[in-house]
Amino acid sequence: MTTTPTGDLTVVTAGAAMFADTLRSQGVATTEVSWLPPVAGSEGALTSVMLDRRRTAANAQALDAMTAAGASLVDVRPARDALGLDAGHFLHAGPPIDWERMSGPLRGALVGAVVYEGLVETPEQAERRLAAGDFSFEPAHHLGAVGPMAGVVSPSMWMFELHDDVHDRRSWCSLNEGLGKVLRYGAYSPDVIDRLRWMGDVLGPALQTATRSAGPIDVLAIVAQMIQMGDEGHNRNRAGTLMLLKEWLPALIRSGLPTDDVAAVVEFVSGNDHFFLNVVMPACKLMTVAGNGVPGSTVVTTMARNGTDFGIQVSGLGDRWFTGPAQVAEGLYLANFGPDDANPDIGDSAITETAGIGGFAMATAPAIVRFVGGTVADALATTRRMYDLCVGENRRWALPIMDFRGTPTGIDATSVLRTGQLPQINTGMAGRVAGVGQVGAGLVSPPMECFEAAVEGLAEAVPPTA
Amino acid sequence: MTRTVEVRSGAYRDSVGLMQISTQLRTLPGVEAALVAMATELNVELLDSMGFDRPASTSPNDMLVAIEAADDDAVAEALRVLEAALTAAPAPGGEGATDVAPPTVLAAARRSPARLALISTPGAVAAIDAADALGAGLDVMVFSDNVAVEHEIALKEMAADNGLLVMGPDCGTAVIDGIGLGFANVVRPGPVAIVAASGTGAQHLMALLDGAGVGVTHCVGVGGRDLSDQVRGRSTLAALDRLDADDSVTTIVVVSKPPADDVADLVTAHADGLRTPTVLGYLGPGRPDITATAQRVVEATGATWQQPRRWGGDAPLPRDGDLRGLFTGGTLCDEAMLIATQQLGPLASNIPLAGGTRLDADLASQGHTFIDFGDDQLTVGRPHPMIDPTLRLERLAVEVADPSCAVVMLDVVLGHGAHTDQATDLAAAIRDADTPVVVSLVGTRDDPQGIEAQAQTLAGAGAIVHASNAAATREALSLLGQHAHKDMP
Repeated sequence: MTTTPTGDLTVVTAGAAMFADTLRSQGVATTEVSWLPPVAGSEGALTSVMLDRRRTAANAQALDAMTAAGASLVDVRPARDALGLDAGHFLHAGPPIDWERMSGPLRGALVGAVVYEGLVETPEQAERRLAAGDFSFEPAHHLGAVGPMAGVVSPSMWMFELHDDVHDRRSWCSLNEGLGKVLRYGAYSPDVIDRLRWMGDVLGPALQTATRSAGPIDVLAIVAQMIQMGDEGHNRNRAGTLMLLKEWLPALIRSGLPTDDVAAVVEFVSGNDHFFLNVVMPACKLMTVAGNGVPGSTVVTTMARNGTDFGIQVSGLGDRWFTGPAQVAEGLYLANFGPDDANPDIGDSAITETAGIGGFAMATAPAIVRFVGGTVADALATTRRMYDLCVGENRRWALPIMDFRGTPTGIDATSVLRTGQLPQINTGMAGRVAGVGQVGAGLVSPPMECFEAAVEGLAEAVPPTA
Repeated sequence: MTRTVEVRSGAYRDSVGLMQISTQLRTLPGVEAALVAMATELNVELLDSMGFDRPASTSPNDMLVAIEAADDDAVAEALRVLEAALTAAPAPGGEGATDVAPPTVLAAARRSPARLALISTPGAVAAIDAADALGAGLDVMVFSDNVAVEHEIALKEMAADNGLLVMGPDCGTAVIDGIGLGFANVVRPGPVAIVAASGTGAQHLMALLDGAGVGVTHCVGVGGRDLSDQVRGRSTLAALDRLDADDSVTTIVVVSKPPADDVADLVTAHADGLRTPTVLGYLGPGRPDITATAQRVVEATGATWQQPRRWGGDAPLPRDGDLRGLFTGGTLCDEAMLIATQQLGPLASNIPLAGGTRLDADLASQGHTFIDFGDDQLTVGRPHPMIDPTLRLERLAVEVADPSCAVVMLDVVLGHGAHTDQATDLAAAIRDADTPVVVSLVGTRDDPQGIEAQAQTLAGAGAIVHASNAAATREALSLLGQHAHKDMP
C-alpha cells in the first residue's frame, strides 16, 4: 500500500459478487475469480497442501527444472543394449498392471511382442504363456522410457535414445510403426510382425548410422519450431517428422547403405506423420522427470494409461502412482468403428500434455481441431484453460496465436481439484479387442480420482508445523 | 571498438522476434552493429559480411549474438537489454490472454496488476483461496469467517515468508489507499491509519474520526483472533511495519480487545520502535470506549474534538423493565454491554462478557439481554445481518411486543457492502412501537446511504439516534426505571 498511489489499486476478488460491485462503484478495477467449490471431499487435503510453506517455491523449482532440461537424440539401438532388457522381459505403457486386468490392446501387443521375439510359435501359445506368468513385464516409466498406446517394448526392438545434457539423464522410446494395424494398437497379425522385423533389420540400423553421424539432434529445438508450424506434438507431428528427416538425410545418403534401403527408410519415415511422436515423447519425459522429486511440489510429472487404469505421478511424491479408471475418448472413428469398439484410454503419450504440448498446445494446431471434434475457437479456449491449471509457461516453446506466450507447463494437481477442470489430452483410440488396431482419435481426460488421491498423498507428506 | 560473438545452443526463437530484438539493440547508444539470429547458413554469412569472426561450428538451432559497440560498457548494456528482451513476458493482449474466466486467484492475478485479493469464499475452504493469493504474491483480505485458527496461523506464516499481509480471517472491513474493502465506510483521506482486530469497532472509530473532520487513509483489519495467545499478533505487527513506512501516515491506532498479556507486551514493544506515534486503543473493562479513543486520536493529530451528534426528540420518561440490545456489530455489542454492565450488573448474551449469562440456542431473552446477530454461529449459511436484516427485524417485533422490555437498543452500520436502507425497514417497526428505541448509527456523510438521511428517517419514526455507540448506550440506560439498576434492592 505504501507504493500504490490512490487510484492505482486493482483487486482480485473471489466469493461474494457484492464486494466486487462495491469496489467498482468506487472506481477500482477488479478481476473476479470465476469461483467454484473444490471437488467434494478434497477440502481438507487441499487446505493442508495449499498451506504447505514449501509449495510455491517447490513448484517454481519443478517448473524451472522442466523448462531447463535438454533433450537431444543421441542414438538408435536395440532395447536389450539401451535398457538392458533381458529375454522374456517386456515394457508396457501406463501404471503397473497384471495380465488378469489387462485390456485387449495391451494383451495383443504383448502377444505380438512374444511372437516377434521368437519365444513361441503362435499367438495362442504366447497368450497361454503370458497368462501362465512365464514372462515378466513392467511399466516403461520405471526405466525412464515411454511408449505410445500399448507401449510394449521387447529386447529386440530398436529404441530412440535421448540425452538431457543439463541433468545428464536418458530416456527412450520405440520406433513408430505407422498408423492402422500396428502392434502398439494391439495388432499382432503376420504383417505387423513382418513390419517389426524390417524395422529391426533395416530401419533401426539405418537410423542408428544417420543419428550417430548427424547427432546429437536437438529435439527441443525441433519441437519449438513444429509448434509454430501447426503441430501440437501429440496428434499432429507432421512438421516435426519432416524436420527430423531433414536432419538425417545427408547422413543417410552418405551412409553407403543400399539405395533401396535408404529410399525405403525415407519413404517409411516421411510417409508416417506420427513418426516424430516417438521422439517427442522421450523428450517430454526428460523434461518432466527433471521436475520430479521436489518435496512439496504439486506439479504433475507423469500422466500415463495402460488401457485399464489412468495413472499420474506428482513431483512431491516422486515415483508413486495414483490411479483411476481410464476413460474412453470422444472423437472421430475410422471406417465402420464406433464407440463400442474403442478401448479405454491407453498409452504413455500423455507425457506430451504433462510437458505442456499436445492438448495443452491445441491452439497452435488448428488443422486438427475438427479431427478431435472441435472448432478453432474451442482450441484457443482449451489452451487458455490449460494455462489456468499450470504453474507456468515454457518460454522455449512459444505459441504465435497466443501472442507468443510459452506453452502451459507444469499441471498443478491442486488447481485441477480446486477448479474441477481436467487436463485435456489429445489421443488415438485403440480397438477394444486384441488384434484390431486403431479405431479412431479424439479427446480424453484423466479421471478425477487420480488427482484426489495424489493431493491426499501430498497432504499426508506435509511436514507438521513447528 | 569492441566486438563480441556468442553462440547459444538450444535457444530457438522465431526469426521475426529476433529481428525485432536486433533492431532494438542497434538503437542503443554506442552500439554500431548488432545481430541476434538463429545460426542458419544465411545468418552466418550475414555475420561474415558484417565483419564478425565466424564461430567455429554452429547449427541452425543455435542462436547467434553478435554486437559491435564503442566500448565494453556499451556491449554489456546491449547484452543486458538482450537478456531482458529474451526473458520479457509478452504483453498479454488480444483475445488470447483474457477470454477465459479465471478459475483461481492465481489465474486472476496473472490477468491483472493486482497486489491485493479479497476472499469471501465459504469459511471451510477460504484458506485454500487465501493461500493461493499469497502464493501469487498478493496481500490478502479474508472476509470469510469460520476459518480454523491453525489455518489462520499457517496463512500468516506464509505471508511472513513472503513479506505479505493477511487481513482477517473474519475481516469485515478494510480501507487501503482510501478504497473501502468489504463493509467499509467512505471516509475522507487523512493522516490516520488504523490496525483493527475488530470490524465494526474499526468502522465506528473511522466514522467518529470522519465526523470530527479527521481523515483515514488506511485501515488494516487483522481478524478478531490476531492478538490471541495462539496467533500472537502476526498480522498486527506486519501491518504496523507497513503503515510506519507510509509517509502520509502521522498517527497509527490499534483497535482491539485487550490482547493476552505477553502479546500485549509484544505489540507495545513493537509500537515503541516505530517512528510513527501509535495509539493503542484496547477496548475492555476499565478501558476507554471507542468514542473516548476517537477523541484521543483526534487530539493526537492536533485537531479539535467535537461531541458526536445526536438526532431525535427529548428522552421519554424512564420505564421499568429490561434493556434489549439487538446488534449487527460484535464490537458495538461488546462495548454496549461493557457500559451497561456497570449499571445493570451481569447481562445475558450470545456473546456474554466474563460473568455474564450465555443465552440458550433459541436466544430467548433472559432479563437485560444483548444479541449479536453477526456472530459466527448465526451467519452459517446465511448472509450477515448488515446485508440481510430479516432475522433482527423479526426479533425487534418480538421485543417491542414484550411487556418486560423497557428499551430497545439497535446499531445501524452504514457504508459499502451494507444494506442500502436499513433505516426505512427499521423505521416501520419503530413507528408502531410504544417501546423507546435508541439507535447507534455508524456511518459517514459520504457513505452511499448518507448518515444524515438515515438518521432523519430513524428519528422521524421516533427513535433516538446517536453517532456514538457509547453515548447511545448511556442514553438507553438513562431510560430504564430506577430499580433496573444493580445497586437498587
